[in-house]
Amino acid sequence: MAVTDWREATVARIRPETPRAATMTLEVPDWHGHRAGQHVDVRLTAEDGYRAQRRYSIASAPEGGAPQITVVEVDGGEVSPWMVSVAREEDRFEVRGPFGGWFVWEPAMLGEVLMIGGGSGLVPLMSMLRAGAPARLLVSARERDDVLYLDELEKRELDVTFTYTRRAPLGWTGYDRRVDYSMLREWAGTPGPRVYVCGPTAFVESVANDLVSLGHEAANIRTERFG
Amino acid sequence: MGTTRGFFRRRSGDDERLPPGQYLERGFPVLSAGPTPHVPLDQWDFSITGSLSEERSWTWDEFLALPREDFTVDIHCVTTWTKLDTQWTGVSVDTLLDGVELEGGYLTALCDGGYTTNLPVEDVTGGKAWVVYQYDGEELEPEHGGPARLLVPHLYFWKSAKWVRRLIFTDEDEPGFWEQLGYHDRGDPWLEQRYQGD
Repeated sequence: MAVTDWREATVARIRPETPRAATMTLEVPDWHGHRAGQHVDVRLTAEDGYRAQRRYSIASAPEGGAPQITVVEVDGGEVSPWMVSVAREEDRFEVRGPFGGWFVWEPAMLGEVLMIGGGSGLVPLMSMLRAGAPARLLVSARERDDVLYLDELEKRELDVTFTYTRRAPLGWTGYDRRVDYSMLREWAGTPGPRVYVCGPTAFVESVANDLVSLGHEAANIRTERFG
Repeated sequence: MGTTRGFFRRRSGDDERLPPGQYLERGFPVLSAGPTPHVPLDQWDFSITGSLSEERSWTWDEFLALPREDFTVDIHCVTTWTKLDTQWTGVSVDTLLDGVELEGGYLTALCDGGYTTNLPVEDVTGGKAWVVYQYDGEELEPEHGGPARLLVPHLYFWKSAKWVRRLIFTDEDEPGFWEQLGYHDRGDPWLEQRYQGD
């Protein structure tokens, strides 16, 4: 079976991640693993034959037999509300992939990398972290309740920095604004490491521009933008 | 294959204009592999080089002085959004090639930032492709490819290379950036040619 063939995936497990996001573990026939950072295409078919197709980043580590995707519900969306609020175990939809060869991390890569994730942009970065990427992570979220994988990020004893753009927890002494030039100057350190930036378009655009202004080489900055 | 329990259509679409697997997008998302390059216009030029009878180059002012076309097309991104009736202004590739004889059958679009994409000549000639510098009546924003991008609306949007600076005509088909990373060589949205093997 080719990577481009559609396969029927079964939802093996579904777990709420935040009030607006869920992680699904998928049983996919003939699944041969993925590279950290890759995505799958999914296709849902309604009773009347209507079909909708989307792409979702894989959140799990490459060696896991059953890939996991994390979906954040988009207001007015069509597929994400089903994923987050309707789906339950044993539900089925079609999957193909994995795809993508640019926004990936491989164990053979030496050295620390920097990761900057906004909102659902944390998903492919989580796959890299679970794969063992030696990384420093900067997470931008509206509030603490919106941070994906919060428990795991804290348990992993990663070098992780949070910034809350709408509401910081009581007594918070860390960053409480959008990622900006001065935050990146403090956090990113001397240019040199590869930087992965993932999140909404405006977030990625502004972070990548600031990194270039701070002297990071464009060739070291890998971006993935979610509409 | 079967249907998905509890899933139903929530969006109305203009189905006949939506290629398979695409949904209607009203915003204008961006897909880029790296940071947005910013080249000052007095350092910008555009050229056609490679397997052709005469290489040509234009400064920004010379490029703006070329005959322009205003046109409205639908665009289709491989990430599955489609945007209908987008309005552009730019120079037809036919105009750039007027009086030039091509010796090869392919080209590579080369961009600031190092991005490349490959195309057969027949996909950029005959009124099918432009180098555009205005979107919706305004100058093209850098994040959308400004100052100028290639526009090949009948193929997936990664072929419409942002920040394009040069068209290199070649004898052989030479896979570009995404094409080397597993994307389809041609990328026809109506045939759903997203990835190699589609």
